[in-house]
Amino acid sequence: MLTGIEGLMGWLGAATGLEFGFMQRAALGCVLLALGAAPVGVFLMLRRMSLMGDAMSHAILPGAAIGYWLAGLSLPAMTAGGIVGGLVVAAAAGVVARHTVIREDAALATFYLTSLALGVLILSVRGTQIDLLHVLFGSVLALEASVLGLLAAVAALTLVGLAVLWRPLVMECVDPAFLRGVSRWGAAAHHGFLALVVINLVAAFHALGTLMAVAMMVLPAAAARFWFRRLQPLLVAAVLMAAVLSLLGLWLSYRTDWPTSPTIVLLLGAWYGVSMLVGPYGWWRQQHVPQRHLKG
Amino acid sequence: MPDPADIELRDLTAGYERHPAVHHVSLRWRRGDLAAVVGPNGAGKSTLLKCVAGRLRPMRGRVTGVSPHQVAYLPQISEVDRSFPVTVAELVSMGLWHELGVWRRPTLVQRQRVQQAIEAVGLQGFERRTLDTLSGGQFQRALFARLMLQDAPVVLLDEPFTGVDTRTLEDLVCVLQRWHEAGRTVIAVLHDVALVRAVFPTTTLLARELVAHGPTQAVLTEANLLRARRLQEAFDEQAELCDVSEPNAAEESSHAHRH
Repeated sequence: MLTGIEGLMGWLGAATGLEFGFMQRAALGCVLLALGAAPVGVFLMLRRMSLMGDAMSHAILPGAAIGYWLAGLSLPAMTAGGIVGGLVVAAAAGVVARHTVIREDAALATFYLTSLALGVLILSVRGTQIDLLHVLFGSVLALEASVLGLLAAVAALTLVGLAVLWRPLVMECVDPAFLRGVSRWGAAAHHGFLALVVINLVAAFHALGTLMAVAMMVLPAAAARFWFRRLQPLLVAAVLMAAVLSLLGLWLSYRTDWPTSPTIVLLLGAWYGVSMLVGPYGWWRQQHVPQRHLKG
Repeated sequence: MPDPADIELRDLTAGYERHPAVHHVSLRWRRGDLAAVVGPNGAGKSTLLKCVAGRLRPMRGRVTGVSPHQVAYLPQISEVDRSFPVTVAELVSMGLWHELGVWRRPTLVQRQRVQQAIEAVGLQGFERRTLDTLSGGQFQRALFARLMLQDAPVVLLDEPFTGVDTRTLEDLVCVLQRWHEAGRTVIAVLHDVALVRAVFPTTTLLARELVAHGPTQAVLTEANLLRARRLQEAFDEQAELCDVSEPNAAEESSHAHRH
């Protein structure tokens, strides 16, 4: 009997690749990433800032590259560099938007393009092609314990941060003028939220690379929107979708020997498409299925 | 609720990009007043209200007797993102911010007050509906419920009845009168002169400058209304600097703005 269970576990481990330590760490990393990135992504989407998340993910590159330049492939240096880089670009774009004729979107675009170029230049001059690929596409199959620790810390910080800022953040999204009238928490909520975006991008960039870090935020949130209306279910659904699909993507890439980050992102994208077709608030159901209505 | 004080405007001038929308207005609302502000489009009614609410800094003069945190203010164009997925009950509960702050959870009593406010504006049954499913009038009712929970001694309303049907209007006027009976100062910008005559004891007629202020019967005369229209039409785009120096405002720094 015992051998039967052990045999089953052994077969499962071999089929999913979880018999290997690197696959176990990758799976844990995906779940931790989903816990932090997906809820932040829901707020990004609802605030119409999804593309801003994308821009920020490129903006963290030069910071991480400078960290790499100074300290090599060192986790603390690249993490700190990425966080500082992201916050500097967000703040600089905010200053330009407030004080010049350039609006926030254009300001962010100019900064992130410059940042991206600078980051790629530093990595190309100071590092190797392998390093560049590692930073651009991540290394989810080579997560060390220290990176897992970082992912866990970021997930915890994000959940605590969202819980603490919940009320002012929701009010800032729904009615910013009202919040300004009754308290000064609007700015704290906005900037605290941006900081959460940056740390999640830095965490995701270690696993998925800077090019696709933002996918764990944007795609599950957008897919969840086709299934749920209310905010709380949206958050839970986005986390579950991100976790399940990234695990599936991990398994698929193990079976097919495809690169992991693109496989995960493509699966998330495919699920977004499916949700659009079959979700109750998706395009197909809203357009083509006759709706039964209530009496009152 | 702390008792409201008399609200006084002293030589108030306010506007945008140096053009005054409100020009040298001095007046006084008694505490507990139910007051209307009327006038043609562009007469500075909203600007005046923003100054009283503390949302706009005057170019000259001042407002006394009210501080911004004592005010419940309903702007003319609300910035509410109605596509954000929160419910009517959650929107109305925002009016409890001054009691709950960032972290405290509403008590049973506070949740009952939210429910009572929703019922008072006739939105029972809509508590769990999201904002994008409400009509314009229902949404306005929800904003009124939020104002009720703010429990402020001074309530400022900027065209609160635009696009509202007769029944909603009657319900919301009832809310206004209950505020008045509770001793709050209520000041509302309105266009419907008949409604002002029927409901509001005090009226301010504005046409960038103060035309008349006092009991509604005395203010809303044909002569005053005609004068308001004339004043409003007579403004000059290429105006020069205004250099009024009044003896009672001599201590204040001289101001410079174009008309």
